[in-house]
Amino acid sequence: MMSIRQRVPGTRRVLERNMLAYRRLWLIFVSGFFEPFLYLLSIGIGVGALVGKIPGPGGKLIDYRDFVAPGLMATAAMNGAIFDTTFMFFIKLKYWKTYDSMLSTPLTNTDVASGEIMWSVLRGGIYAMFFLLVMLLLGLLHSPLAVLALPTALLECWAFAAVGSAASSYMRSYWDFDFINVVLLPSFLFSGTFFPLDRYPGWLEVVVRCTPLYQAVALMRSLVFGHLDVSAAGHVVYLVVMGIVGLSIASRRLGHLLTP
Amino acid sequence: MAVRVSSIGHFLERETLVYRRLWHGTVFSAFVGPALFLVAMGKGLGGYVGANPALGGVDYLDFVAPGILCASVMQMAGADGLWPVMGRIQWDKQYVGVVTSPITPAELAVGFLTWESVRALLVAVAFLLVASAVGGLASPFAVLAAPVCMLLAVAMSGPLAAWSSSRTSDRSFAIIFRLGIIPLFLFSGTFFPVTQLPGWAQPLAQLSPLYHAVELARAATTGHARDAVAIVGHVLVLCGVALGGAVAAQRAFTRRLSS
Amino acid sequence: MPGEPLVVGRALTKRFGDFVAVDGIDVEVRPGETFGFLGPNGAGKTSTMRMIGCVSPRSGGDLRVLGMDPATDGPRIRARLGSVPQEDNLDLELSVWDNLMIYGRYFGLPRPVIRERATELLDFFQLAERRDDQVDPLSGGMKRRLTVARGLVNAPDLFLLDEPTTGLDPQARHLLWERLYQLKRRGVTIVLTTHYMDEAEQLCDRLVIMNAGRIVAEGSPRDLIRQHSTREVVELRFLDADEHDRALDRVAGVGERIESLTDRVVIYTHDGDTTVKELAQRGLAAESAYVRRSTLEDVFLRLTGRALEE
Repeated sequence: MMSIRQRVPGTRRVLERNMLAYRRLWLIFVSGFFEPFLYLLSIGIGVGALVGKIPGPGGKLIDYRDFVAPGLMATAAMNGAIFDTTFMFFIKLKYWKTYDSMLSTPLTNTDVASGEIMWSVLRGGIYAMFFLLVMLLLGLLHSPLAVLALPTALLECWAFAAVGSAASSYMRSYWDFDFINVVLLPSFLFSGTFFPLDRYPGWLEVVVRCTPLYQAVALMRSLVFGHLDVSAAGHVVYLVVMGIVGLSIASRRLGHLLTP
Repeated sequence: MAVRVSSIGHFLERETLVYRRLWHGTVFSAFVGPALFLVAMGKGLGGYVGANPALGGVDYLDFVAPGILCASVMQMAGADGLWPVMGRIQWDKQYVGVVTSPITPAELAVGFLTWESVRALLVAVAFLLVASAVGGLASPFAVLAAPVCMLLAVAMSGPLAAWSSSRTSDRSFAIIFRLGIIPLFLFSGTFFPVTQLPGWAQPLAQLSPLYHAVELARAATTGHARDAVAIVGHVLVLCGVALGGAVAAQRAFTRRLSS
Repeated sequence: MPGEPLVVGRALTKRFGDFVAVDGIDVEVRPGETFGFLGPNGAGKTSTMRMIGCVSPRSGGDLRVLGMDPATDGPRIRARLGSVPQEDNLDLELSVWDNLMIYGRYFGLPRPVIRERATELLDFFQLAERRDDQVDPLSGGMKRRLTVARGLVNAPDLFLLDEPTTGLDPQARHLLWERLYQLKRRGVTIVLTTHYMDEAEQLCDRLVIMNAGRIVAEGSPRDLIRQHSTREVVELRFLDADEHDRALDRVAGVGERIESLTDRVVIYTHDGDTTVKELAQRGLAAESAYVRRSTLEDVFLRLTGRALEE
């Protein structure tokens, strides 16, 4: 086993590669941030004008734009984290053989996996940071606790990146990735991002409460409004456990995929 | 450019064969995705939207249903006009093979656009069935939304295919999609009336083919068509863009594939 | 040659499920030599190379590379290896220059060192003009040269090339051979796989012929020809199958060994001209009689059989 001290530079070199690659594709990188921002303007502000007050954290009535913004931030972070650990990971593994070339150097399986996950955390984190900044400028932050939204976004990105890489290790062909959309789109639409859970019948509300994106959305919302209670701890524990489970599956399976 | 109906027929036959093999890959994005949007926005969020004169006297579910239908068709046709067109010329060269048969590049372009309108029709029919089930249709005239979608598909995929057929890589496509198609999706009167846009942005929405399609489809599904002049105007704009796009696509295909 | 062997394999084995790709081979590579694995597709060459390259764990036997065990010291060994895989796996998202830079960074080399080596390597492999280009539009030969250049960025002690010239046109092959020959003269130890006889004869000091996961012969190209073939070969062609069959009786006993193929009769002999004269004395009238030197191809076909194995 490599010691942690030896492993960190390896992780950093995989990060370095991705930064170099995106230097040329910076517009694509930046445009990834625009999508949630445009959703904020369209749904948050445009549709928001049609929506009256809506129950926020702790049941307090709030403006719709205030309700939707933290949800979109959580979504932006998730998308940033998922993209590079699923689609890109698969293309690099199967078509470009990028990892084969990395593994013919002193880099190890662990370096590759942790490097890609760190990169996804970085990417999702950058999106979350800019989104937070936009929220600040639009006056959508209502509590100093909102600074904790950034580390929370990093935790969220890490958890989703870990599960994303675990999921990609089961993918056999490019078409299997449709399945990821089948999970992502309903998550985006129904995890309490756009409307409160009281719109659901009781049993469905319980189901939504158990989904991963809901944890992040609820956490972000309570931080932005400074309304922390014991449920926040539950959300954090959920994301931590999700990340650990994802990582252990990914590390068990990726080694065999990368070096057959 | 002379276009023979028989050639279009042969091309469509070919596309149908391919589609019969690969249709299940499009079920989610073409049929399930729009339905989920309708349920989330119309039923979920719609419950919090009060009566608002800007909605033209219908509830939010009725208002948003035609918007989501047209926006989905636009997104599908937009994507189809980019990657598959360039890919079939540059990557797997299917189109290069097609024009070695008696089918000319101009006929290929018309065939492609016809196929897009057929796809739009399928999406529209499926969506209208779902919408009628969840209660988003207020008028039997809703069936007229289907031809609107067909026209919109041509208006979107025509100009984009003209552009993408001249490209050799897909580098610009992700940007076109994110900075062109997504904003159209969100700001063409799909989720909220364009009258709520800031004053300077409202004339911009007029430039969006999606806006005109949404207005038409909404008049059909809600049965509220008060302003006949506006309706004719929307139809003319859509037909104009569709025709212009079709001519541009024919020229571009001919330039790229017959040299 | 002096010095400890750089690669020592004993009963080296690789299994994928029930399939045995490499079936207990013994192999040694000495410092400074160019060593080849020659064999048809599916002989186990690539699996062997991947084990030596420490990117694929062995399933059995023993393996030492640069005196270390790949199972425990993979990263330390790889730090001193150069690897050229069978298929180019250049980084398509990066330029020619950045491909070399980032690959050097994978080895943890300082940037100034990589810059210096990358400049040299691009010159050496005639790629300097394409320095800032993207990788994808490069020709096959250029991509291959860049992959080879990349493998040298860490100034490796042992350079592994898996089918370095497969799929290249003749000009590109010769350019690459010439560069590999120069590397060899600089003292770089090279291990390569190939199914091209001319490549093996041109480049290799020593080689093994593999078939179905086993080593079937070992030695220098000249030794192998001497042991498994004759110095020269006479190839006879006939007008039709009847002529061919009649001739078979008459050639019996000429040369060392006779092989009858559908389109010709091949006679292995020490002296081709004498054989041709002898055939003329026997009154044998072939449509054509072609005398050539025996090549590794003859050895190879003799040892691995003529049937196509896919």
